[in-house]
Amino acid sequence: MNSDPTRGGIPERGAEPPSYLREGTTVRSWLTTTDHKRIGILYALAITFFFALGAVAAALIRAELVTPSGDFLTNDEYNQAFTLHGIVMVWFFLVPSIPATLGNFLLPMMIGAKDVAFPRLNLMSWYVFMAGGLLALFAILAGGVDTGWTFYTPFSTLYSNSHVLLAALGVFVVGFSSIATGVNFIATVHLLRARGMTWMRLPLFVWAMYTTSLVMVLATPVLAMSLLLVVAERAFGLPIFDPRSGGDPLLFQHLFWFYSHPAVYIMVLPAFGVVSEIITCEARRRIFGYQFMVYAMVVIAVIGFMVWGHHMFVSGQSAFASMVFSFLSFVIAVPSAIKVFNWTGTLYRGQIRFSAPMLYALGFIGLFTIGGLTGLFLASVPLDVHLTDTYFVVAHFHYIMVGGSVSAFFGGLHFWWPKITGRLYSERLAQFAAISMFFGFNFTFFPQFIMGTMGMPRRYHDYPPEFQPWHVMSSVGALVLGFGYLWPIFYLGWSLFRGERAPANPHGATGLEWQTRSPPPKDNFDRLLVVDQEPYLYHPKESTPDEVEQAHAKQKP
Amino acid sequence: MAEDLVLHEPFEEAARQRIAVPFGVWSFLATECLFFGGILLFYAYARWHGGEAFTQGAKEAAVWYGTINTAVLMTSSLTMAIAERATKGGFRVVARWMLGGTLMLGLSFLVIKGFEYRKDVHEHLIPGPGFKFGQGPAAQFWAFYWTATVTHAIHVTIGLGIIARLLWIERRGDLLLHATSAQGGALYWHLVDIVWVVLYPLLYLVGRP
Ligand SMILES: [Cu+2]
Repeated sequence: MNSDPTRGGIPERGAEPPSYLREGTTVRSWLTTTDHKRIGILYALAITFFFALGAVAAALIRAELVTPSGDFLTNDEYNQAFTLHGIVMVWFFLVPSIPATLGNFLLPMMIGAKDVAFPRLNLMSWYVFMAGGLLALFAILAGGVDTGWTFYTPFSTLYSNSHVLLAALGVFVVGFSSIATGVNFIATVHLLRARGMTWMRLPLFVWAMYTTSLVMVLATPVLAMSLLLVVAERAFGLPIFDPRSGGDPLLFQHLFWFYSHPAVYIMVLPAFGVVSEIITCEARRRIFGYQFMVYAMVVIAVIGFMVWGHHMFVSGQSAFASMVFSFLSFVIAVPSAIKVFNWTGTLYRGQIRFSAPMLYALGFIGLFTIGGLTGLFLASVPLDVHLTDTYFVVAHFHYIMVGGSVSAFFGGLHFWWPKITGRLYSERLAQFAAISMFFGFNFTFFPQFIMGTMGMPRRYHDYPPEFQPWHVMSSVGALVLGFGYLWPIFYLGWSLFRGERAPANPHGATGLEWQTRSPPPKDNFDRLLVVDQEPYLYHPKESTPDEVEQAHAKQKP
Repeated sequence: MAEDLVLHEPFEEAARQRIAVPFGVWSFLATECLFFGGILLFYAYARWHGGEAFTQGAKEAAVWYGTINTAVLMTSSLTMAIAERATKGGFRVVARWMLGGTLMLGLSFLVIKGFEYRKDVHEHLIPGPGFKFGQGPAAQFWAFYWTATVTHAIHVTIGLGIIARLLWIERRGDLLLHATSAQGGALYWHLVDIVWVVLYPLLYLVGRP
């Protein structure tokens, strides 16, 4: 597992099998493939489409908010726009983003396997995803949904006049593709690690995928059931949450957030994995505190199931429940902070290359830190009562999910682009994209923290004029952010056809996925792998001064 | 038995491949537990808050249909367990008959359930206009009844599909090579049964001393 070409390099021979891209080039060969790498690409194409769809909705929202009065969207249309944005971005982009694309592509390679444990199930999960996506798309074309992405009862079940059923079914169906991916990844990590690849030698990206999969498998079914209950009440009139029969709409909120808080970790744990890979490689350093990085992810995955009540502080749940949920929400910040400190520790005395993936990764650390710290504001009951349903909340979760996860997704996409496509992209143009995304993001969402504390409520398009400057700032920022997203399409697209051929290991990284050709052959490796080292050996042990050598250096008082 | 195993794509070792399907199914069973956990939480809430009125609604459930169905499904669990062992041990004929038996018992469960539904409909036990009890906790019981039993019936149907597929593999003559599929199918079928064992007292025994 090091970058020494004699160990990992593949001899140039005419007889070697073709790359996975050349094993069949017909559309049919792609649609019936069971190759995890191709399925990753199928997913990437699908989520790119949904990302564009969600981005259009976001653009509509930001354009509408430039002036305090309603301009071109009616109240209903505005509701539909933010509902569409939320549903599409959460379930059809963010949840599958890193796991289903980079995860599918890289997980088997990183552990030295030929494929995931159940290749056909993997392909099926993509078709299930597409089926759910079509249902949601159909709901949008039929006239949209106006409940917000949260489907709160009793509005969603008794009062809304929009296509709640179709959208809920779409999300229900897409949940099964998450579950299939989760089951597949768990089995893959347990059963298909190469000889010598022990648990504590797994790259952190693999640990991230493993913990994410656990959350997917255990949380998604609860969402499925809560949506099923919504369907039962709305379509068949069965009184489940209906207060007139003694039902409690809050039960829905409990079920929904029991999934949807862990879902935040489905979206951000994979980002942790990506960032750990990039930072170690681009700083040429071993990860600081490998074991703590692993335990932190496991702890986050577990405690993530116990904090859902912080979404319900103003719902009327008991004060005792609020206190417990508040406390646990503070507790879960600890492992997240450990990760941030350890990434920073990894940078210490590293030889940092400010390449595009590294810029995305460093951006991730900053934005995730802001998102995490503002999360503590919201975890505290008295502050949350003030800030609930304001733009502060909107800004907070966008910092985690867009600033955090999407930055990491773009970082990972750039980092592994040479491996996936076999081509190099223009480093300059990519750095420019990373920087514009960082600035655009902050211009868009930082003003929202300020408006939020001033009392600007979310989900209104008609607002008091004193908030206008902040909204204008935010909308202009969104333009820059949009540029940051569109720009990569051009240079990455160009690199696909005209880019320089990538060598096997352009970054000099240590992961197993770099020890094979770019792009890899269908079976990933041309030989059987045996692993005899821990990951991230970017510098030999004992080669650095004590204060850098983290392994077992004596602590100075 | 195990020696006949044919290694297929991602696997390099027979030992790993042999546990793969059961391992995957076990993970999926965790999913199923949380899935049904959601609706059981609804039941707990409704029964806790509904009190006597909830029990009143529950007394209308057709306990005989429920009990017969419990017996049918338990027996199918037994036949499925035998089928799985027979596959592992290489007893083709036993496996075939036991799979067939499971299929028949599962189908009869659905048929009996259908008769029960017909009786429920006749007695106006569907919440909504014309419901026997009007709005209230009794309606919540019946909301649970319909949602839970229909969801369970869908699981039974999927289970029957899996068993039918195993039978088809058996006809093709290579069931013994698919011993792990039989094991996975059996695990799923037992889950379906266990869910019913939990539902049975919740649906039929409430308020009956
Ligand atoms: Cu939360």
